[in-house]
Amino acid sequence: MSLLQSVIGVLLILVGFTFMLLGSIGILRLPDFFSRTHAASKVDTVGIIVVLMGVAVLEGFTLTGGKVLLAGVFIALTNPVAAHALARAAMRKGLRPWRRGEPKTPTEPHPHSGD
Amino acid sequence: MSTLTTALIVAFTIVILIPFYRLWKGPTVFDRLLSIGAVGGKVLALILLLGLHYERLDMFVDITLGYAVLNFIAGIAMAEYFRLKETQA
Repeated sequence: MSLLQSVIGVLLILVGFTFMLLGSIGILRLPDFFSRTHAASKVDTVGIIVVLMGVAVLEGFTLTGGKVLLAGVFIALTNPVAAHALARAAMRKGLRPWRRGEPKTPTEPHPHSGD
Repeated sequence: MSTLTTALIVAFTIVILIPFYRLWKGPTVFDRLLSIGAVGGKVLALILLLGLHYERLDMFVDITLGYAVLNFIAGIAMAEYFRLKETQA
């Protein structure tokens, strides 16, 4: 493994680690469920994909590196879909987005206001 | 590479532990499901780093692919289940 390969791989892993840290803080700090969905779907997806690219660079041009990139493509397809399905289920259930001026704790979801 | 991967694994584990607060204290059940999905996605990266640490990445990448499929299916299924459930969240 050459030095340049190691440096690029570790740098990519650290960039992905930063994105995953920001995603975790977003899940912890944002005010309601629908804004937390942004942190869980967009920021986390980018973080995981960049970490997987770093691992693939460290591995090199082998079958295993190709499988790592395939896992990255799969994550790019499925992670936002899962978060969107969850947000859609919450919307159908009657959970309403938080608006400015309301209390931070979400109100009880309305029983049959979905659809 | 052993010291570097050990430090990375410790840092990723700390990042993975952060969303468990939302699992413990989520106001609705959808917050808990969201935090579970986020933890599952981050665990994928942790499994690959474990594969680098033990220098058996060819075995761990198959575990990663299976775990990604399971995480996706479980997220979709639990979202549908809690949408159709009668009692409130």
